[in-house]
Amino acid sequence: MSRKAITGLVAAMAVALTACTGNTAQPPAGSGQGGAKVANDEPGEKVVIGFSAPAADHGWMAAITNAAKAEAGKYSDVELRVVEGTNDVNLQISQVETFINDKVDAIVLLPFDGAALTPVALKAMKAGIPVINVDREFDSPFAARSTVLGDNYGMGVSAGTYICEKLKGKTGAVVAEIAGIDSLPLTQDRSKGFADALSECGLKVNNRVAAEFTVESGEKAAANLLQAAPKLDAVWNHDDDQGVGVSAAIKNAGRSEFFLVGGAGSANVMREIKADNGLHKATVVYPSTQGADGIRLARLAVQGKALGDLVEVEIPREIQLYAPVVTKDNVDRYLPAAFES
Amino acid sequence: MSEDTATRAAPRTNGTSFLASAPGRNTGLVVALVLLCLVGVVTAGDRFADLDNVLTILRLASVIGVVSVGMTFVITGGGIDLSVGAIVALASVWATTLATQSMATNTHWLIMVFTALAVGAGCGVINGALIAYGRIVAFIATLAMLAAARGLAEIISNRRTQIVNVQGFTAFFDASVLGVPVLVVVFALVAASGWVLLNRTTFGRRTFAVGGNPEAARLAGIDVRRHTVMLYTLLGVCCGIAAVMLVARTTTGSSTHGLLYELDAIAAVVIGGTLLSGGRGTIAGTVFGVLIFTTLSNVFTLNNLSISAQAVAKGAIIVVAVLLQQRLARRSTA
Repeated sequence: MSRKAITGLVAAMAVALTACTGNTAQPPAGSGQGGAKVANDEPGEKVVIGFSAPAADHGWMAAITNAAKAEAGKYSDVELRVVEGTNDVNLQISQVETFINDKVDAIVLLPFDGAALTPVALKAMKAGIPVINVDREFDSPFAARSTVLGDNYGMGVSAGTYICEKLKGKTGAVVAEIAGIDSLPLTQDRSKGFADALSECGLKVNNRVAAEFTVESGEKAAANLLQAAPKLDAVWNHDDDQGVGVSAAIKNAGRSEFFLVGGAGSANVMREIKADNGLHKATVVYPSTQGADGIRLARLAVQGKALGDLVEVEIPREIQLYAPVVTKDNVDRYLPAAFES
Repeated sequence: MSEDTATRAAPRTNGTSFLASAPGRNTGLVVALVLLCLVGVVTAGDRFADLDNVLTILRLASVIGVVSVGMTFVITGGGIDLSVGAIVALASVWATTLATQSMATNTHWLIMVFTALAVGAGCGVINGALIAYGRIVAFIATLAMLAAARGLAEIISNRRTQIVNVQGFTAFFDASVLGVPVLVVVFALVAASGWVLLNRTTFGRRTFAVGGNPEAARLAGIDVRRHTVMLYTLLGVCCGIAAVMLVARTTTGSSTHGLLYELDAIAAVVIGGTLLSGGRGTIAGTVFGVLIFTTLSNVFTLNNLSISAQAVAKGAIIVVAVLLQQRLARRSTA
């Protein structure tokens, strides 16, 4: 009962939040659609934004920086300073220090480790530079003006709910899960959401393996899974980058009795869903445009503008993005924002 | 035979060109650093030649600098250590566990510092013992430590980032002495002590002897195995210091700290003029090597250039430095 309530609450929150941010998935003209009359896209005072993110060692992370650059390019009043990818927190801290020395107007930061970058983000905020925190949260509420987060638990819920619908009325259905790096909190959140949603319709995860977000590890994990489970009905794979390997393993094993649900939302999986020529029938989006959202929020924060379609006069403190299920029916809406793995 | 090797181990200052001598090599590094600074001033102007920016460079250099000073000893002594990054991670995690932190809150924050130093020293002793007494090649022994120490760090921290809540600790390292951040002061102290230890003590002379020719050193009455253990322990302690600095800088301990520090440290030591084969080493050169890499990184950041381009430049610098070194070495033995 309480679990049901939590799931309901999460869903309601997610719906409410999508309403605020739904525009960002579409071309920039989107802000005109809302009820409130806003002119947020009109050029304003010049804004210098510093952007830093971890190393682009997989497709999603590469897409974060690319989307942020593309978004900044759409605004004549934004000057973006990008320091590219590092997984060395010591170096990322010095990059942010450089932004502070440069007195940029705002900093958009996807930290390699949220807690480790908190002191330098606090320093920036103290220096009067608004910090927009993306994806991995700081451990102090004073370290960021605004935070953009994905919804890992929601991803699991979306995938589980979709599989429940597809397998409705089928007794004894076998569901498998191919997780990402198992010890990461984000993977644990995704798996918990998935298990919670499945239990709503009387299903459970019959087989579970974990990969490491890479193509190679996806192939290995899926090959093991297929050996272990001679008959499957549905498989959720957490990440479309490792999904390339998962698909290869399935092809090698010559299996096709089940359907596959992806995660993160890469363009090649969405093209497969659109063409309906593979096992992927759906994927769950973990927006790779979070960095781009951060750029927009930073610009608004500096120019003192509000978020269109909200009544408030300031940008919100935190925005959690929705994790929608992409199927053949709605793939055209999401394909333009998908990332290439 | 032993006579021949003994003469090779002797200092070979006679008949070498100015560039091959220690001050000459450092002049080359200073020129390289000045050139890099000129590039910085030309491309980034006031943003580069700004006190805040200089402090940013020095703070970035501090952590890896301390590791590199320790690495200079090991490489001069004819060894190599691939496990420094992993030891930094393990020490940072061990010093920030809930148990350590609550002990530190109840007594003094120095407990955290001692823990990190002890963990570093312990790893160093194991490395040294495996190499000296277990007769495992340094490359393999420290490769094993690289894997094991980071693995242990992941187990202890459960792969989560541990946040430091001990106020005294962060307050101390956040401070400045006469405008110089404490981290930079620590680096300067470590570098100065390292210079004295290598150039002005018996320990330093033994290090050169062991690295130049262990057999000759043994015949000269040096306990080579004990000395090897001491060298790796010294580096382990340096890793512990670096871990404390990184914990202070990030206010966290994490199993992902210190990624690839082994490569950064070895690169800085090598371009500084320390011979990878051992027997010749310079602390001043290492400090310049670290400063060259961190300044390079800063210039690239200021100019909005990617980390990838920076890695290419770094690779080119290493190759040029080693080629130069080989020519100088050949000339000095000829």
